[in-house]
Amino acid sequence: MGGAMARRRFLALGGGLALTGSLGACASPVVSGLTGTQPDTADVIFWNLFTGGDGANMVLMEDAFRASHPGTSVEATILSWGNPYYTKLALATASGTPPDVAIAHLSRLPLLAASGLLEPVADTGVAELGVTRDRFTPAAWQKATVAGSVFAVPLDTHPFVLFYNADLARKAGLLNTAGDGLKDMRGKDDFVGALKAMKDAGAQYGAVMSITADPSTAWRCFSMVYSGLAGPVVSDSGTRITVDDAAMEESFAFLRELTSGGLMPGSLTGAGANALFSTGKAGFLFDGEWQIPSYRLIKDFRFNVVPFPALLGPKPVAYADSHALVVPRNSRRSARRTADAAAFVKSLLDNSAVWAHGGHVPAWLPTQRSRAFLDQSPQRNYVQAAFSAVYDPVAWYTGAGSDFQSTVGATIIEVLAGRMSPKSAVTAMRSDLKRYTTARPPVTMQEASR
Amino acid sequence: MTTVASTRPVPAPARPAAADRRPSASEGRAGLLLSGPFLLVYVVFVIGPLLVGAVVSFFNTTTVKNGLGAWVGLSNYTRVCGDPLFWQAMWHSVLFTLFTTPPLVLLALLFAVLAARIRRARVFYRIAFFAPYVVPSSVVALIFLWMYTPQVGLVPKVFDAVGLPVPDFIGSTSGGWTAVTLMTLWWTFGFNFVLYTAAIQDVPGDVYEAAALDGATPWQQIRFITIPLLARTTSLVVILQIVASLKVFDQIYLLLSGGPNQSTRPVIEYIYDTGFTSYRGGYGAAATLIYFAVIVAISAAWYGLRRWRASRAAA
Repeated sequence: MGGAMARRRFLALGGGLALTGSLGACASPVVSGLTGTQPDTADVIFWNLFTGGDGANMVLMEDAFRASHPGTSVEATILSWGNPYYTKLALATASGTPPDVAIAHLSRLPLLAASGLLEPVADTGVAELGVTRDRFTPAAWQKATVAGSVFAVPLDTHPFVLFYNADLARKAGLLNTAGDGLKDMRGKDDFVGALKAMKDAGAQYGAVMSITADPSTAWRCFSMVYSGLAGPVVSDSGTRITVDDAAMEESFAFLRELTSGGLMPGSLTGAGANALFSTGKAGFLFDGEWQIPSYRLIKDFRFNVVPFPALLGPKPVAYADSHALVVPRNSRRSARRTADAAAFVKSLLDNSAVWAHGGHVPAWLPTQRSRAFLDQSPQRNYVQAAFSAVYDPVAWYTGAGSDFQSTVGATIIEVLAGRMSPKSAVTAMRSDLKRYTTARPPVTMQEASR
Repeated sequence: MTTVASTRPVPAPARPAAADRRPSASEGRAGLLLSGPFLLVYVVFVIGPLLVGAVVSFFNTTTVKNGLGAWVGLSNYTRVCGDPLFWQAMWHSVLFTLFTTPPLVLLALLFAVLAARIRRARVFYRIAFFAPYVVPSSVVALIFLWMYTPQVGLVPKVFDAVGLPVPDFIGSTSGGWTAVTLMTLWWTFGFNFVLYTAAIQDVPGDVYEAAALDGATPWQQIRFITIPLLARTTSLVVILQIVASLKVFDQIYLLLSGGPNQSTRPVIEYIYDTGFTSYRGGYGAAATLIYFAVIVAISAAWYGLRRWRASRAAA
């Protein structure tokens, strides 16, 4: 009996201890984690996905904000790029614990906006700080609009561009009279001629591109060529295939012509493209402008970057995406925090000349037209590309780093490598797209306006 | 084996009366009370989510919005069944099970027997073999990722040094499978090792003594005493290992992200990709339940086979 009593007392004591323990821990991060509230560890909590050079530039911009707003603290969290970032951003917001400001690719915006995860820009208070439509690159602002409302403040445009080796281009007679750019090229024949001229000038290849296991780059290149001829490959929020078969076959045939004639290797890794271009064995490089910093580091290597000329269509088209600033929806965010977030967004825009060092074209026109940006070369050469930008089609599955890009990119790689004919690639592309258009969308784009 | 068994008296059932005696009411209460905390956690974190998942699988639920979404009936199930990528992912999980289960069972048995027969530092070996199992998967994956790095990593260098062709561990499908299998062997074999070690300790010492007196060599003792007496444990280890291997996710996701080109993506990553990355919660739930049914079927088949064999052996 005494033993039983002792045991009961022991249990009661233990229970009491556990209870006091949990009560005492109320304010701790563990409890706030369990109850699902975000500990407000700073005035502005900012999520982004930048590492490397872009990451360093972003830190400089955050520091500039801290210097100009000494009373406001900023906590920046860097998450891994691509799908994991968007999964975390969406789930954190859906569960009511979002950051105050976050980076999002505009190509990824449709789903985030349609799910009601983002505060419309009109409600974030940035307009009062002078952040208005007329001060942005129109294509970027347009892409930030979903179902009639603007959901993101564009920070930049990062187009797919044409790098060239300056010494080879001079030898090939491709430079203009001023020597700071290429002679005017119009259409496919001029372009193929330029690649041949580069090869004749001593380059092993006219051009190189990262192809093997790099479906995103293949998709960017293909999308640029195809968009010169036809509209988006899917429409109605991604539920309908709107492929122009003839245009698509022509685009594939053009890309295959480049690789089959030996002007361009049909299979090459990113590292291989980098090595060939940086050692003068390739005249042109097709890649995103964000590669500029990596070529800057190479000694005695002179290169320049320009927008792609018109290829198959009448007008030049640039495949692009934009980094943008979004304010995830949080019903518990105070007016004070909202104002801090708006000030932070404005400050990043004002400092986006720093951002341009990574190669990106500032979307904020006051910066785009400023000396601080216009003194940056080659960045100033391809500002036009931001205005002729074509983005991923609007759908819940498209966007930077998405499975969609991997799937369609894989088919494009097959064509470039010569393993699939342009004609059968059109069929393959249609079946790739069907996989996505027939899947039941988690949200419909019309819901964005609600 | 028969000669050894015949010299050994059949052990009397430990508690012949226990099976007949019904527990008293107060013992029943105490039993419930003591298992209460576990039952609570089990209901809240296992049964509850399972039921929610079953309900959600009939709706177009998304992970980014509140509410169930529209009723879609069985169409999530028919679509999952009609998706070749789902079956590919399922096959990858099975493939991983085929790669890992035999070595994990055999190596665990081998090392448990060896560790039990060692004279000195037995505890050290037991801890050393079990230690990797307690390291979190993220840490293991990070370390192995470094070791598998082309050109500079330890494993490619070792392969190179002994003259083996160096597979592209992270960039190719066959290399990826090799990488993930080797890592899993090192990481999880300790669990089976512990099960075998415990079972070996249950083998009575006098059996070995009797065998030794009859002139059995150590190898014969292992072959004719240890391994047969571990049969029940082996059967348990095999089923636990099959289920654990079919559930593979962390290693492949962290080491290869299911790549290259989704060629090593296991079924759980398919569920993660559709349910979370693509926000299609209802669809992901349907895929989960189909996979759940497969696992239950495999476990039930294994259990049935064991019962059938046991009843045949008894007859």
